[in-house]
Amino acid sequence: MPSVDAVHTTPPSGAERTASPAEKVPPLAHRVRPARVLAVIAVGLGAAMLVHALVTNPNFQWSVVGQYLTTNTIVVGVLTTLELTVLSMAIGIALGVVLGVMSQSANALVSGAGWLYVWFFRGTPLLVQIIFWYNLASLYPKVSVGIPFGPSFVHGATNSMITPFAAAVLSLGLNEGAYMAEIVRGGLLGVDRGQAEAAHSLGLTRFQAMRRIILPQAMRLIVPPTGNQTISMLKSTALVSVISMTELLHAVQQIYATTYQTIPLLIVASLWYLAVTSVLSVGQYFLERKLGRGNRSHASGRGGLVRQIIRALRVRPDSPEVSAS
Amino acid sequence: MSAFVEIRGVDKNYGFAKVLHGVDLDVARSSVTCIIGPSGSGKTTLLRCINQLELLDKGYVRVDGCYIGYKLRGGKLHQLSGREAARERADIGMVFQRFNLFPHKTVLDNIIEAPVLVRGVSKAEARERAHRLLDRVNLRDKADAYPSQLSGGQQQRVAIARALAMEPKLMLFDEPTSALDPELVGDVLDVMRDLAATGMTMIVVTHEMGFAREVADHLVFMSDGVIVEQGHPREVLAAPKQDRTRAFLSKVL
Repeated sequence: MPSVDAVHTTPPSGAERTASPAEKVPPLAHRVRPARVLAVIAVGLGAAMLVHALVTNPNFQWSVVGQYLTTNTIVVGVLTTLELTVLSMAIGIALGVVLGVMSQSANALVSGAGWLYVWFFRGTPLLVQIIFWYNLASLYPKVSVGIPFGPSFVHGATNSMITPFAAAVLSLGLNEGAYMAEIVRGGLLGVDRGQAEAAHSLGLTRFQAMRRIILPQAMRLIVPPTGNQTISMLKSTALVSVISMTELLHAVQQIYATTYQTIPLLIVASLWYLAVTSVLSVGQYFLERKLGRGNRSHASGRGGLVRQIIRALRVRPDSPEVSAS
Repeated sequence: MSAFVEIRGVDKNYGFAKVLHGVDLDVARSSVTCIIGPSGSGKTTLLRCINQLELLDKGYVRVDGCYIGYKLRGGKLHQLSGREAARERADIGMVFQRFNLFPHKTVLDNIIEAPVLVRGVSKAEARERAHRLLDRVNLRDKADAYPSQLSGGQQQRVAIARALAMEPKLMLFDEPTSALDPELVGDVLDVMRDLAATGMTMIVVTHEMGFAREVADHLVFMSDGVIVEQGHPREVLAAPKQDRTRAFLSKVL
């Protein structure tokens, strides 16, 4: 393997490279690929049919779509959907990190508790969980906060605490926690065991090693699927329309319940979902680039996000590969 | 007077496999001890027991008079808490076969991480010391490089500097040159030789017989979880007393 010094020596000058006189080099001919031509025709035809159907079928009622796209009710619904997504993901990520770290515990009770949580929340349908939390009052009419089996400090009626919004955030967040726990666990397992050993041998406690050495490296493996989960969460928020939480889907439902313009209003909702997921996808693309495998030497480099993105886009000279013998 | 490192009656099992079987070893202060032996002989496990990367099943290890991983109370050895164990490990440097540098940190940050976090040294002071250490391992211009931009030999020298930054009283080397390309081995051994000359107590698991002969004060041959033979390296290498030692040396020399 060449040493770094050898790699960075100056390349040979131009004079040495253009040594032999130009010979007659036959040009490269392009091969016709029949299958590719057929595929282009098929895709083109399909696209034309789709556009034709969208334009000519009056039942799409594009004018109605345009009319409702930015009305107040819809925009408020979009904002509520975004709010639900952000809050639920925040709960899910925080819970996922705790549960993911728990799953690595040497204590069987701790890792078992984490496993049990994932088993339950991943094993029952999200819709069931949403309706369950919404109806918590029929299980526990009163909620109190205090010492277990001892005095309570705060208490009140469940119905006044578990509003549709609280039930929605709670159910989406707790459910997400189970999926994030698996992602975090996978990320932690992806970090070489030698990293923890090196940290311990330097005198770092288990907690310090986790926070400073293991988790930052696991991030590279955790962030890309988390982007996926966020996009998935955005769409899952539509489910809470069943507990009359007025997010985007419920907003359009309220309108078409009176106007009967079901299809155009569902298109309005779809366009908004597509718009937001597109923005999230672009964000995810840049995040993955920043943390990408091919860029591992700058995985968590210093500097702001913008500088890191610029650095990620810049082509670097090949660094010598790590000895793999 | 007892030895600087005192290993007594150490047993270590993985399930039913006995990896170490009643190992006794003394290491004098400021000496270099090399441990050689065939793979699976337990030499790496013994090294890892000295800084608690492996827990003992029986026996004890004492470094500078302190029981490693345990404290004596009421005639019994009680296991230390995680925090106490970490404090003990901080005084014992370890260099790994696969370097184990932190890939998400620069060379400089690799070196200052533990002094700042564990010892509470100020960042400025830790940096200044790190630069001096990089000077010592001949990597003064690599402070801002990431580990993946360095050759194996350079990475291992950074790993040595990182361990030295904690100012350990004992350095453990686990086959430090086994993962290196042959032409890079020399640089790492040079750094280790210089370190030995400063009076650092070193225990080195190695296959480098030349290094052992030249630098070690004491050579230990292990096989099947026991110490078969030990003594001055020149005597052990030139005139081994045990058949197993002779058989091993005839293959590697």
